[in-house]
Amino acid sequence: MDLIVIIDYGMGNLRSVEKALEKASRQVMVSHNQGDVRAADAIVLPGVGAFGDAMVRLKRLGLDAAIKEEVTAGKPFLGICLGLALLFEESDEHGVHEGLGLLPGRVELLPTNLKIPHIGWNRVSVQKESRLFDGVPNGSFFYFVHSYAVVPKIDSDVLCRTEYGCEFASGVERDNIAAVQFHPEKSSSLGLRMLENFVS
Amino acid sequence: MLSKRIIPCLDVRNGRVVKGIRFLDIRDAGDPVEMASAYDHEGADELVFLDITASHERRQTVVELARRCAEELFIPFTIGGGMRDESDIRKVLKAGADKIAINSAALENPGVIGRCSKRFGAQCIVVAIDAKLVQAEPEKKWEAFVHGGRIATGCDAVQWAIEAAGRGAGEILLTSMDTDGTKQGYDIDLTRAVTTAVNVPVIASGGAGNLDHLVEVVKKANADAVLAASIFHYGTYSIAQAKEHMAAAGIPMRLTK
Repeated sequence: MDLIVIIDYGMGNLRSVEKALEKASRQVMVSHNQGDVRAADAIVLPGVGAFGDAMVRLKRLGLDAAIKEEVTAGKPFLGICLGLALLFEESDEHGVHEGLGLLPGRVELLPTNLKIPHIGWNRVSVQKESRLFDGVPNGSFFYFVHSYAVVPKIDSDVLCRTEYGCEFASGVERDNIAAVQFHPEKSSSLGLRMLENFVS
Repeated sequence: MLSKRIIPCLDVRNGRVVKGIRFLDIRDAGDPVEMASAYDHEGADELVFLDITASHERRQTVVELARRCAEELFIPFTIGGGMRDESDIRKVLKAGADKIAINSAALENPGVIGRCSKRFGAQCIVVAIDAKLVQAEPEKKWEAFVHGGRIATGCDAVQWAIEAAGRGAGEILLTSMDTDGTKQGYDIDLTRAVTTAVNVPVIASGGAGNLDHLVEVVKKANADAVLAASIFHYGTYSIAQAKEHMAAAGIPMRLTK
């Protein structure tokens, strides 16, 4: 892939995502400009923080429409953490908020009696064949920091699952759309491998 | 299942690691970033950097340290040392640290925990507690100390941990001043008292001298993570050995080799 745009909409520090992708690709751009999103060959949507705030910011920058149109037209997309949640129709986080709606399903508080947020290294078990997991052994550990999890309506959209008091979807993939709950940019060499797989 | 974590800790003064280390393949054994990368490759789950530069210069050195680490590290890292208020903390997080650790500032001004937790998220606020045994009978009591263990606060360490977690600390970094540096093992009673009292992860620190000590504090005191410095720096054990040892004892670990 030639040009990868990392969308900067004020939701967290993106430097580590940028550094990690720079290891895998020649051209990485961090931008909040919808023109850049349209011009890029692939889109990465990272972010940490509240779902509602994130949608407000995306809309204010006109990025919601740009992302939806480009992804619907087939442009490769990788969501990370909040970027996974935003793909879905709506979230329960502090009121009900509408998401991008690129995949059917909801975002709900983790249904567990364990400590929330779920922070640390946890196992990811792959549910279907995917290029993203090339060279990544099934059951590998990745780094998580989150309180909410996605509940996809369509089972075949689920790429991987993780156990934390309950089993939740820790990644999804459909055609050109992929997203993960964990942070590959903070998951050492296997995380970097996953980002390389996305880029190549 | 969530794994338990091994966290090497590096003391940094004026941008240089203070304790010597064993890695033979790194060019500059005093460079915190190079050393940290080596630990990342070895399988460390996280890293903690404590900036111990003289306090008047530390506000600057700590931001620079965070910035340099963020450039090279692909595992989460925590930076502690010299941050007094929300503005200091914001600078270090903005420079790329995943978490910050505060000790004296939190005890002197507990409101800072809540404000930062709300603004930046509980997951990035670690409250570090240096505790010392002050009463052995009829029940053990520990007191929290500040300024590198030099000043007593009169504050019960376990009560302080409860208050810090209640105010929004995402994690407690608990160091026993009694066991620190002894290599005789972590303070099991202290660690258990805190893990029982709070509902946030507790990182045990102080006293690791061999790999059984790591197992013991997780199994007997339910620590979520173990912090160690000298057993790794001086090459007594590698991170991989430590992880294999803990996994063999039935503890969920992220094995990388």
